[in-house]
Parts: sequence; C-alpha cells; structure tokens
Amino acid sequence: MTDTARDIWVYLSASPLAGLTFTLVAYQVGLWIHGKCKRHPLVNPVLIAVALLSTLLILTDTEYGTYFEGAQFVHFLLGPATVALAVPLYRQFAHVRRSAAALAVALVVGSLTAAGSAVGIAWLLDGSTALLVSLAPKSATAPIAMAIAEDMGGLPTLTAVLVMLTGIIGAAFGTGVLNLIRVHDPRVQGFALGLASHGIGTARAVQLGETAAAFSGLAMGLNGLATAVLLPLIATFLL
Amino acid sequence: MPLGFITLLLVCQLAGEVIRLALDLPVPGPVIGMALLFGGLVIKGSVPDGLASASSGLLQHLALLFVPAGVGVITHIGLLQAEWRPVAAALVGSTLAAIVVTALVLHWLMPKSDGTK
Repeated sequence: MTDTARDIWVYLSASPLAGLTFTLVAYQVGLWIHGKCKRHPLVNPVLIAVALLSTLLILTDTEYGTYFEGAQFVHFLLGPATVALAVPLYRQFAHVRRSAAALAVALVVGSLTAAGSAVGIAWLLDGSTALLVSLAPKSATAPIAMAIAEDMGGLPTLTAVLVMLTGIIGAAFGTGVLNLIRVHDPRVQGFALGLASHGIGTARAVQLGETAAAFSGLAMGLNGLATAVLLPLIATFLL
Repeated sequence: MPLGFITLLLVCQLAGEVIRLALDLPVPGPVIGMALLFGGLVIKGSVPDGLASASSGLLQHLALLFVPAGVGVITHIGLLQAEWRPVAAALVGSTLAAIVVTALVLHWLMPKSDGTK
C-alpha cells in the first residue's frame, strides 16, 4: 500500500497538475482565513498561500522548479494582467484629469522616495548588491517590479517576495501614519497608499471608500509605469 | 470572459515585447502593452463591455497571480536569513516614507475647491 501511495505521489509531483492545483487550493485557504479574520490587513491571503506552499515544498523535499512547472500557468497571466491595468487607468484618468499637475509631481517624488529610500537604507546596513537591485522596484505592482528586477540583473523571485511584504506593510500601517500627519482627504490617502503599496494597498483603500479606491488604483498603475521608466534610466546614468 | 478581448490583451503584450526588442527600450514589454491599450482607449473614448469584463476578471485575482513567484522565497531563504536586517529596515522605512512624502506633496498641491470628504 505504501508503495502504491509513493508511486502515485512520484507521478503527481512530476506533473504540472499538482503544482497548479495546490497553488489554487492554497490561495482559497488564504482567502477563507482572510475572511474569517474580518479582512484584517495583517492576515494577507497571498502571505498565507505562500507560507502553506513553501512549507509543503520543504516537507516533501520538492524543488521550486518542479512546483513552478505547474504554477507557471498562473504566473504567465501576470503579463496580460499588466496590460489589463490600462482599463482602470483609463477610467480613473478621466475622473482626475483636473488634478493632473499635482498628481504628476507627487508621482515622481513619491516613486523616487520609495525606490531611493529602500536602496539607501539597505545600502547603509551593508545589504548585498543583489538585494539592493531587487529592492529598488518593490513599490511597483508585482508583474512590473519583477520584469524591472530581471532587466536590471536582480532576482525577480526575491523582488516578488519584497513586493508582497511592501504591500502588506503599507496596508497594515499606512492609514495609521496618514492619520498621524493629519491627512484626511480620501484622494490623497488613496493615492499615497496605491503608490507605495500597489494592489495590496489598493485593497486597503477600497475599505476607505470609492474616492480613495479610485485614486489608489490610479496611483498603482502610474507608479508601475513611472518605476519602469525612471529606474532603468537612473541605473544607466549611475552605472 | 470574452475570447476576443483576451486575444486583444495578448496582442498588446506581444506588440509591447516586439517594440521593446526592436527599439531596445529599458521598459518591460507588458508595460508598453499597457501604454498601447491605454492609448487605444483614449482614441476610442470608451471601454468596450467585453474588454471591461476581461480586464476585471484578471485584475480581481491579481493577488493570486503573485503566489507562484512568492513561493520562490524558498530559493532565497539563505539570503533572507543573512540579510534580514537591511531587508526589514528598508521595507518598513521606505514604504512608510513613500506614503508620508507622497501624501504631503499631494496635500500641498491638490486643488481644494470641490470639498471632497
């Protein structure tokens, strides 16, 4: 019996079906726990799914490459999803054209602050070059950040982890910090959350209301674009 | 999800990759694809229903798409253990700094007339 079980496991772990199915199941579990905890920003469904799958891979001594053969079908959709960001960007762009100049300045300053302070702090604490390059695009949305890290010689999978943690930090502490500096305008709150912590920050902004959500989605899309344009330019200039 | 608009998203992405390679641009292909689609929407002046549903279908589960790459953390456990100090300080410091700086700049520059609250 145990031989049969092992044969089945060996067969399944070599097929893409297992990696793909476990990814979806782990995410469903993450969503379920997130719902049970009343959507608390610290209980993040992605974090839960990643923790479950990592534990499973380590316990079963499965290589990441084997898992990814199945999971790549989910991963591939990041490309079309990035293109699809054009739709919310277009919708919100029509709404906020009036404040375009203010938003453009805040976008450039905020985007440079996010990347510059991350690289600066890690550099001061003796972070390795691989870490610095992988940190630089971490406030951009995942598909864009990973593509930038890859182009600049960083580690895209490390960047993915850093992007995820950035989102969770922004969602968990962002509104507290905004209250501290007495910024209560939902347009400003939303834009700051979306710029610094992309989709996970935007999910938090949705809880603040429709205006905050719209500005957060806009900031997420714009910062993806700004990071993709500014970082490689700065890197070419510095290196 | 309408197939025609899924195809449109892929065509934009492919065109983005081609433009990137042809012009040797430092911007990722999907981002150029996003700019192309955005330009198309500005010219057309509205979002077709099918495109709206294809787009929201993908973006609704954006967080899921991120899981396979996130699991890549297991290939970096050594680096994260060795460098947890700069990682933690840089992530917390820069994320909060970006929120504060962005909010303050926008707070000063934003037109205040429409009484949004």
